Amino acid sequence: MDNKLIVSSSPHIRSDETISRIMLDVIIALLPATLASIYYFRFNALKLIVLAVLTAVATEALIQKLLKKPITVNDLSAVVTGLLLAFNIPSSAPWWIPVIGSAFAIAIVKQAFGGLGHNFMNPALAARAMLLASWPVIMTNWVTPGPEAVSTATPLAILKGEAANQVLPSLKDVFFGNVGGCLGETSAILLILGGLYLLYRGVINWRIPFTYIGTVAVMMLIFDGGFNNMVYHIFAGGLMLGAFFMATDYASSPVTPKGQIIFGIGCGVITSVIRLYGGYPEGVSYSILLMNIVAPLLDKYTSPRVFGEVKQNG
Amino acid sequence: MKLKNLTFKGGVHPPHFKEYTEKISLQKAKEPQMVIIPLSQHIGAPCEPIVKVGDRVKIGQKIGEPKAFVSAPIHSSIAGIVKKIVPYTSPIGTQVLSVVIESDGSDEVDENVKPKGDLDSLTKEEILDIIKEAGITGLGGAGFPTHVKLSPPPDKKIDTIILNGAECEPYLTSDHRLMVETPEKVVFGLKAIMKAVGVNKGFIGIENNKPDAIEAMEKAVKDEPNIEIATLITKYPQGDEKRLINAVTGREVPAGGLPMDVGVVVNNVGTAAAIADAIQTGMPLIQRIVTIAGSAVREPKNLIVKIGTLFKEVIEQCGGYKGKPGKIIMGGPMMGIAQFTDEVPVIKGTSGILVLNEKEARIPEPKQCIRCGKCVDICPVNLQPLFISQFALKNMYDEAEKYHALDCIECGSCSFICPSKRPLLQSIRVAKRELISRRKKGK
Repeated sequence: MDNKLIVSSSPHIRSDETISRIMLDVIIALLPATLASIYYFRFNALKLIVLAVLTAVATEALIQKLLKKPITVNDLSAVVTGLLLAFNIPSSAPWWIPVIGSAFAIAIVKQAFGGLGHNFMNPALAARAMLLASWPVIMTNWVTPGPEAVSTATPLAILKGEAANQVLPSLKDVFFGNVGGCLGETSAILLILGGLYLLYRGVINWRIPFTYIGTVAVMMLIFDGGFNNMVYHIFAGGLMLGAFFMATDYASSPVTPKGQIIFGIGCGVITSVIRLYGGYPEGVSYSILLMNIVAPLLDKYTSPRVFGEVKQNG
Repeated sequence: MKLKNLTFKGGVHPPHFKEYTEKISLQKAKEPQMVIIPLSQHIGAPCEPIVKVGDRVKIGQKIGEPKAFVSAPIHSSIAGIVKKIVPYTSPIGTQVLSVVIESDGSDEVDENVKPKGDLDSLTKEEILDIIKEAGITGLGGAGFPTHVKLSPPPDKKIDTIILNGAECEPYLTSDHRLMVETPEKVVFGLKAIMKAVGVNKGFIGIENNKPDAIEAMEKAVKDEPNIEIATLITKYPQGDEKRLINAVTGREVPAGGLPMDVGVVVNNVGTAAAIADAIQTGMPLIQRIVTIAGSAVREPKNLIVKIGTLFKEVIEQCGGYKGKPGKIIMGGPMMGIAQFTDEVPVIKGTSGILVLNEKEARIPEPKQCIRCGKCVDICPVNLQPLFISQFALKNMYDEAEKYHALDCIECGSCSFICPSKRPLLQSIRVAKRELISRRKKGK
């Protein structure tokens, strides 16, 4: 034979799954909610989303260039982070909020800890927490959807009795996102649609979103006065966005099946406790961040039983 | 009891690629002019040659004698003159003492090759002896001597025999064609195995992407009350014997244990057919069905090939290479062994010869692990390949052991599914080898 053969150990074929395909799926799943937020919050939304995404991508490229690492913006993970961050800021925010947020998410939370797969927290959520702590007024200045944006409170704040003179929006408005809130978390229906797409594509599995939402539902049903409030709690705040898109972040959630279930339940419990007894009407981002920190421990203590493993002394 | 669409937990769905050859009838390969027969084609001790250079040998004549129980004799596949007895590269990747025989064109058959009589008239011991003397080893690929498998220690009570017709590896269709074309041989072999082990329950497990094989086998066992066909959901690695046992019987072979620990013996359908041949015609294992397929083979086929025929000759009979070959694999693409030359002989475990083109052969560039957890989800033995691999790459073998590296069955599903194209199994293998050699040193 005149040419050399490639020799390697098995397996010799690979699936056609790639990182960029997974990230593209997440972007596709976020698209309906993105379009809705632009529809509801007009140019402001578009501006914030574009700035967040561009800053995320540019920061990633810049840092990788400075560190002389291969530049991997093609894998689209920075786009996802930028998009998710934009989803977490109010439409009334000034232009520099997404810029600072995205730069922080990529530079500090993601790249400083080793890049893709090594961030110990969800970058978008950590950036949101930083923004909220630094500019609390800007980050909670909610406006109504539509061309004449006037100040309003989020449904959950109204539910919590923090906005005495306002009435709860109808469930229909809550479902379709015609309410005050962050850019991307308003339309429950479109987020569920995106989540189902991710489940269908196998990008995420059912464990975290279902246990998360289920736990919140059960706790609200028991501790917050019944079915009606429960429905608002599930569909009105950031729960859908958090459960399907944030808590399922690969790097900052457990990989073991049992770990994922505990993680989901933990997120649900903390969210409910913050919403019911804490100072904030919303609790999704802090609950996920807190559970992010215990994810490695969950992995460590929930190794699945190996097939055929003999039980050792109970 | 209906045994339909059984399965196991985990696993992946690689593309089947069976369409190349699944509808093409078996053909006999051309008689080779020369064969190179390695004296070790099985797991266990190698054989010692019992012929000398210059000797004349006949088809089916024994040329290698085992020196241990876990071993299997080797027979000549052609009639001719022994030219050389030298170390030669075997497709397993090592140099093995091999007998080179040049054909004299006479096709004379050894006088010991004669029918062994009716199955009813043979005793358990006689059947085992026939199997042993015929040099039969597992034809699925691993090549464990069959008579050893069929002689469990007396404290292991065997109650079930399962024939493995899953053929879950992509491309391979040799078992498929065997079941379609000569199902009665498979059934005869199974009955012989059941008698040899003293068991009256037999199953034949077949993946449901082979409806014609299922139909043919169903027909062949119509009058066999003790044999049932179990259809399996098509999923890799269903053909792994522990997955097969789990799917068919629900039993779980303990980690580090053997099928006999749960009362089961598994054999490949091809092995059963070889046993049928050894009893019905007396011909030892000197040929086998080989699937020759892949994007760089001009006319993919299933050929009945004499042991010792060079890969090169077999591929030439399939129209030769289509374009430049990138990779030649013995076996399937998930667990097969890559060859560095096509001048290696077909051995008893050569279920397939696969030639991939240069594009498919390229090894993908690994990227960072994104912790997607897909490898954990699909691992058929519930390992966490990402962690074991990380430890292996950092030479942290103790940690790799804690994560049960040694329970890995090397099916390759993790490497297959990984979106970052990480060499998961490849690195776990390194840890396994290291741990096994440490254990040996410790003893």
